[in-house]
Amino acid sequence: MSTLKVLDGDYSGWRCAACGQSLVMAPAVLEYMGSRFEVELPRCPACGLTLVPEDLALGKMLEVEKLLEDK
Amino acid sequence: MGMDQKELRQWEARCTQEEPPRCQAACPLHLDARGLCTALAEGRVDAAWATACRTLPLPGVMARICDAPCRAACLRSGLGGAVEMGALERFLARAATRTPPVRPLPARGKAVLVLGDGLAGLACAWDLARKGYAVTLAARDPGRALLARHGDELPEAALAEALAALERMGVALRTGADPSPALAAREDDPHALPEGVDAVFADPETLSPQALGLGEPDALTLGTTRLGLFAAPLPAGGAAGAPPSPALLAALGRRAANSIERFTQGASLTAGREREGPFDSRLSTDLDGVAPAPPAPLPAQGADAAWARAEAARCLRCECMQCVRRCAYLEHYKGYPKTYARQIYNNASIVMGMRQANTMLNSCMICGLCETVCPEDFDMGGLCLTARRDMVERGKMPPSAHEFALDDMAQACGPDCALARHAPGQDASAFAFFPGCQLPASDPGAVERAYALARAALPGPTGLLLRCCGAPAHWAGREALLAQTGEALRADWLALGRPELVVACPTCVLTLRRVLPEARIGTLWAALAGPGAPAPGAASGEALAVHDPCASRHDPAQRQAVRELLHRLGRTTVEPALTGEYTECCGFGGLLDAANPALGAQVAARRARAAQEDFVTSCAMCRDMLARAGKRALHLLDLLAPGEEPDPAARPAPGHSARRENRVRLREGLLRGLWAEEPGPRPAHEALALTIAPEAARAMQDRRILTTDLQKVILHARETGRALVDAATGRHLASLRPGPVTYWVEYEPDGAGGFLVHKAWSHRMQIMGGPA
Repeated sequence: MSTLKVLDGDYSGWRCAACGQSLVMAPAVLEYMGSRFEVELPRCPACGLTLVPEDLALGKMLEVEKLLEDK
Repeated sequence: MGMDQKELRQWEARCTQEEPPRCQAACPLHLDARGLCTALAEGRVDAAWATACRTLPLPGVMARICDAPCRAACLRSGLGGAVEMGALERFLARAATRTPPVRPLPARGKAVLVLGDGLAGLACAWDLARKGYAVTLAARDPGRALLARHGDELPEAALAEALAALERMGVALRTGADPSPALAAREDDPHALPEGVDAVFADPETLSPQALGLGEPDALTLGTTRLGLFAAPLPAGGAAGAPPSPALLAALGRRAANSIERFTQGASLTAGREREGPFDSRLSTDLDGVAPAPPAPLPAQGADAAWARAEAARCLRCECMQCVRRCAYLEHYKGYPKTYARQIYNNASIVMGMRQANTMLNSCMICGLCETVCPEDFDMGGLCLTARRDMVERGKMPPSAHEFALDDMAQACGPDCALARHAPGQDASAFAFFPGCQLPASDPGAVERAYALARAALPGPTGLLLRCCGAPAHWAGREALLAQTGEALRADWLALGRPELVVACPTCVLTLRRVLPEARIGTLWAALAGPGAPAPGAASGEALAVHDPCASRHDPAQRQAVRELLHRLGRTTVEPALTGEYTECCGFGGLLDAANPALGAQVAARRARAAQEDFVTSCAMCRDMLARAGKRALHLLDLLAPGEEPDPAARPAPGHSARRENRVRLREGLLRGLWAEEPGPRPAHEALALTIAPEAARAMQDRRILTTDLQKVILHARETGRALVDAATGRHLASLRPGPVTYWVEYEPDGAGGFLVHKAWSHRMQIMGGPA
């Protein structure tokens, strides 16, 4: 599974409240309707808390959700 | 499994939109007169002529001598007079600047002999040459008889051109002698065809079956007792002694050509030929509102382009489309029920690839208007509902289509909203007031006032039954869920002692009659309009437009009770163009608003435009859909049991969160107020005080995110410490997936123990953590 790069914004301003660490881009697995994708997302390097930004959720991600629902 | 091929055909057959117009069906040659007139009315003379040339044999001759039997079938007949097709054909034959060349199919290697040059013989030769047959036409002087009969209309040059076209198509003209019966058989064997000939057609004006010594040919195939020899009696004419109809003669030639093609291919001579000659079309055309228009006056110097355009413009372009014209949904997808049936069938048949029709079949309001207007009772709602049930059964229903609406239903049926009680101080119920789940969501105060009204008006103790009837499950195709909802409803109803249900929602009336057939079910409106109801008041207030909810389409008594109450209230009413059994859905029905909110809003906006006056309706959801479209709209209860709202017609429709909160508060208020009971505690997250920025509130409405969803996220973040913080702004960002949706909220503490919400979004895709 190759990692998709869909974000080019800077999310390092967000820190994990629990770990105090800045988010870094890291591969995350997303799943819907039995399909899995590996996508690079901002993530806490310590605890793994992962951010799905608004633009992604309402853009590409919603598009793929709809495609998978109609498959 | 969904519909099979046979069921698809049955559905398709009910939609007559693709049936030919009556003129084309009546034409023995099936000329597309509607298409011809469409082009000609736009001034496209050559395109109109090309349309004629596609169908007519020897078009330059036929168009000039056509007797236009289509006129008798033309629906314009009763509205000024039939379209003058014959004159239009003559105009085209003269005025067209380009005749499309005929390109015969590749040679079939079959030889056909046509004996005689009447119209039937010429048409037969024309059609067979087009199909790639080697045709020989025997006649002493081809076309001479035609010229003699039609000389006034048929210039010699036009006939010469048609004969030249025949020769260019490969027809060999054997001239010089009249064809004799001997030519139809082999010299040495009178029962066989001539040497090297695969079939023979004897033109009836040249060689009648009698002249050939044969009995009557078969009317369908024109076959005779001699295999491969086709012949025909002359078609019955109009008046005695009148020449036979040119169109019918040419059609005889065409029939012979079709038979010869089948014969030489070894195909059935009889199968599927019912519509070869003139037939009755099933196309239904609504003439309502069509103004009469007499034929365009013919200029003294004869037909010209302006006349032809004007005359062609009188064609009604007959089509059905009666459902499509009245339904924003059917119109939106740019087809008609027949095409939709096929799309839905294909959608279900897909094994790999995209199901293109999911949103289309989830957008039908299932309101029954199409079935009511359709002359063949095509019920798009029934078709879509069957497809939805099939998708649910096979696990192919997109989860996002109906989930929010079904969650809403679950809330209305859940412990925070549902209630079944005898009236305060009573231990039995002869009646039970059933307001449905949308009136409590829209206007909980109206439910309390209506319950008081019902208790005062009904002749027996009147309990209260709060819950959803299950209509969303029905619309979503979730049969099991509908049955389950029905069982819970039945349990409440039995616990109240089988009271007569007095219902204030038209959709509930329909659904309850389906899921609780043993119950007596009436409407609050009929109960209040019945005997003992107040006398009519004096006319007051502006006139109101009555919006019949689509669920009352087949319930005239319910609609009448609403009007009776309005009359007693002293209100004058007007009716929109589509009303009563022809009423339009507000855009909520069938869960359109859930599956396709943009189209739902369009439907509501269209209905909102149907009246100048404020609307009044007996359905809380209709009222709110109209209000959302910006239309002033009243619920009947705003008049029957007014609250303190000074201008209830202007009351905005509550948003998703407010609707659910309204239901909960209604139950809490009723328990405290009527039964002196303290409702159970609210869940902990609801204690969080949120202030939602206006932009976030709008986004939440569009994205179907509830305030309670955000409260859950923030509470969870506070309890677990799992959140993100932006050092620069101090804002927090947290998420939670309490069900199949992940919610995100960006917020900050407001300094007073509550939270200010800046953004909220959601997604269905699940984060599974890092790669394995």
